Amino acid sequence: MTALHELSVAELSQALRTRAVSSVDLVHASLARIEQHQQALNAFISVLHEQAIGEAERADARLAAGETGAIIGVPIAHKDIFCTRGHRTTCGSRMLANFISPYDATVVERLREAGVVMLGKTNMDEFAMGSSNETSYFGPVHNPWDLERVPGGSSGGSAAAVAARLTPAATATDTGGSIRQPAALCGVTGLKPTYGRVSRFGMIAFASSLDQGGLITRSAEDAALLLGAMAGFDERDSTSVELPVPDYCATLEQPLKGLKIGLLKEFFDAGLDADSAQRIHEALAVLREQGAVLKEVSLPNLPLSVPTYYVVAPAECSSNLARFDGVRYGYRCDNPHDLLDLYQRSRGEGFGAEVKRRIMTGTYVLSAGYYDAYYLKAQRVRALISADFERAFHEIDVLIGPTTPTPAFEIGAKTADPVTMYLNDIYTIGANLAGLPAISVPCGLVRGLPVGLQIIGPHFSEPRLFNVAHRYQLETDWHRRAPPGFA
Amino acid sequence: MEWETVIGLEIHAQLATRSKIFSGAATAYGAPPNAQTDLIDLAYPGVLPVLNAEAVRMAVKFGLAINARVMRRSIFARKNYFYPDLPKGYQISQYELPIVCGGAVDIVLEDGTFKRIGVTRAHLEEDAGKSLHESIAGLTGIDLNRAGTPLIEIVSEPHMRSAREAVAYLKKVHTLVRYLAICDGNMQEGSFRCDANVSVRPRGAEKFGTRAEIKNLNSFRFVEKAINHEVARQIELLEGGGRIVQETRLYDADRGETRSMRSKEEANDYRYFPDPDLLPLEIDQAYIGAVAASLPELPDQKAQRFMSEYGLSAYDAGVLTAGAELADYYEVVVRDLGGHPKLAANTVMGELSGLLNRDGLEIGDSRVSAHGLAALLKRVTDDTISGKIAKDVLEAMWLEGAPADAIIEARGLRQITDESAIERAIESVMAANPSQLADYRAGKEKLFGFFVGQVMKATAGKANPARLNELLKKKLGG
Repeated sequence: MTALHELSVAELSQALRTRAVSSVDLVHASLARIEQHQQALNAFISVLHEQAIGEAERADARLAAGETGAIIGVPIAHKDIFCTRGHRTTCGSRMLANFISPYDATVVERLREAGVVMLGKTNMDEFAMGSSNETSYFGPVHNPWDLERVPGGSSGGSAAAVAARLTPAATATDTGGSIRQPAALCGVTGLKPTYGRVSRFGMIAFASSLDQGGLITRSAEDAALLLGAMAGFDERDSTSVELPVPDYCATLEQPLKGLKIGLLKEFFDAGLDADSAQRIHEALAVLREQGAVLKEVSLPNLPLSVPTYYVVAPAECSSNLARFDGVRYGYRCDNPHDLLDLYQRSRGEGFGAEVKRRIMTGTYVLSAGYYDAYYLKAQRVRALISADFERAFHEIDVLIGPTTPTPAFEIGAKTADPVTMYLNDIYTIGANLAGLPAISVPCGLVRGLPVGLQIIGPHFSEPRLFNVAHRYQLETDWHRRAPPGFA
Repeated sequence: MEWETVIGLEIHAQLATRSKIFSGAATAYGAPPNAQTDLIDLAYPGVLPVLNAEAVRMAVKFGLAINARVMRRSIFARKNYFYPDLPKGYQISQYELPIVCGGAVDIVLEDGTFKRIGVTRAHLEEDAGKSLHESIAGLTGIDLNRAGTPLIEIVSEPHMRSAREAVAYLKKVHTLVRYLAICDGNMQEGSFRCDANVSVRPRGAEKFGTRAEIKNLNSFRFVEKAINHEVARQIELLEGGGRIVQETRLYDADRGETRSMRSKEEANDYRYFPDPDLLPLEIDQAYIGAVAASLPELPDQKAQRFMSEYGLSAYDAGVLTAGAELADYYEVVVRDLGGHPKLAANTVMGELSGLLNRDGLEIGDSRVSAHGLAALLKRVTDDTISGKIAKDVLEAMWLEGAPADAIIEARGLRQITDESAIERAIESVMAANPSQLADYRAGKEKLFGFFVGQVMKATAGKANPARLNELLKKKLGG
């Protein structure tokens, strides 16, 4: 029999409902693997042993009582950006290292109601600001494919945990690529839903107009199973969209014949690693064999997405992070001698360098005299980028390209130069600026490291993204490959 | 040199919603510190604001009441600054696109003429909490009960030319928000407060002088005093060869003066930008129409009606419509009385207001109800008692809480309308005062009053005055 940790969410769902395994067994197995690999990977900030076993017992009771929910009893991990009641929710920061959330994020609440069991909270870049998981106050996460390399970020802990088979799935968030980039670098599947599809309530804000909660799983099918429970309108989030949630599993297997795929010209540029490009073309060939039609499209404003993002996101973050002032919760400096000292030292000591860099950038671009030149201009460019996408989707069904320019880089390789680090998000940021759903699926290895294929669709086209990714995964087994040493 | 004062007001009116503008916490005043806060008010990590629809409806009501444009689309913006009583580190307000643009409020000047004061805009925003510097020795306490209370900030044009005009405008807006039932108008509790932008310029000059913004004005009296003080300060400074610096000044009610709080250079850069947590506020015509249909009769309309329906002067109509409760009281009196609107107006504005003022009561707390007052006035109009006696009866009703008829009967105050009784009284007064009678008949007509007084005295004030005058004139004439 296959080891429990090798089973996908879909397989676990089946096994749990036929009572072939119990949720308690699964949770014990996951907890054991987490413990075994925590030191090498540092994928978790908190592991919730007792609570997880308690939840698993309740899930088993629900199953025994005849409940049929597809994901009852499935263990998952939450990125430590989602507030979890009664537990530490750190956002990867010293600022919240002591913060016990008094409430659950909507995502956490909904998944719990659907019966999933929370194993623990995964490591992440501080306040989700980073592309390598090196900015975490709790130390870097290591890529299971090569422990010397980064797992990507900011959802590096979630991606590494799923890749190393510590958990079948994990929640994650994506502001500029923070789900897709680590998924690509760790050889797993990462879905960033349409902006507004998943409630942001209880998800600690980095850049409110870009942040979107999503999933890291081993397959598109698994993501489809879980998204159904996570998504949907939430009256506590005014930006969540009041649209019914479709059955994402119902359309997974639709044939791809006639599917119009746009090849994003701007993604196949000089910055793209040649071997990675080769893997993307191989993946496209697989899709073509299934009847998809390829067409090159150009989004002329897309190359402006990185500078646009690095104005908009810091601007919003500079304001969103103002609440961390040492007054009501979180880190407070010792013996402040006055209010200014309290603010300066609490924030100076509580935030790490990258967070401070972005707060300062954001404060600058919103300042009198600079607002028009930076923030307003960036918003205009953002509108142009959105319009580019919209035009493209008149002609094609989905856009496909690489998720990242290169496979995982070495820990420390880019920390000295923030701009080089920022360029890692060059292919992912566009979808955030336009609020579009996008998925990254593993499509091969380069020098033993995974490469991610990114599929971007129009707003609320998640069923289509799952369908294309699933058909691809039916034909390939990249998503089944475990990193050596974690099989 | 002759100087002209230029004033604009920014009024903050707390909207009388039950819950806060972006959270479900209650807004009632006076709860123990921080008892009325939820995670949104405390700005916990991950929480999001959700707009209170009732606050929007109230702002729309106000916009319609001042004939402003209610914007189909307005935007919430963040005003960023650090202060412990501002938990998020920003205040959610409206900046470039407010919900209400361009209205006007009419005021009546002392000479009875109208003046129209323009309202530039009114926008929705949240209130901050309070820092308590006194209650804990050596520490500052933070009370966030008020944080997130909905406000409309009403920004006037610089159309006012004196402290009196500013107060008249402030009072008019105060009247309006209470008519609309969107604000309780309580200035002591801070539900209605204002900042004044004050400058002076040589009379006839077109360019505005440099202005100072005076904060912390929480009574009509303080507004007038603070503006007058500030105007005097600015004129003195200019005439002494100095120049005004643009700054924010705080009014110190104890010292009756303003003092500098911060200069323009020290002013915060608030880094306004659209709040990405809130969608643009879209309001359609149907909604505006429904709110318009729900508007009560407004003070100006009511005053016009009082003038045409009751024949009142503009002044009386203005006084009686200054508060919806007072106007309602008046109308109940007139209705019960079945007419006599002037008698009712004089009594409400005169004797009744005097009693209310004396005891520091609002009309809603009057010890004599409108029905009670009408019952009293009915005894005047049916000649049971005279107007003069009525004043005494009202005073007794006020103190004893008894109805007018009971007091009239108990004290035997029915007036004498029986002609023979009055004639008997006149005759005995004439007999008792022969020399005055002779003088009167010799042409000293002002002695008429003396005889009236004597007869009234003889009848304990109960003689019907009209009847008495008539009979006395006849008798004295011989």
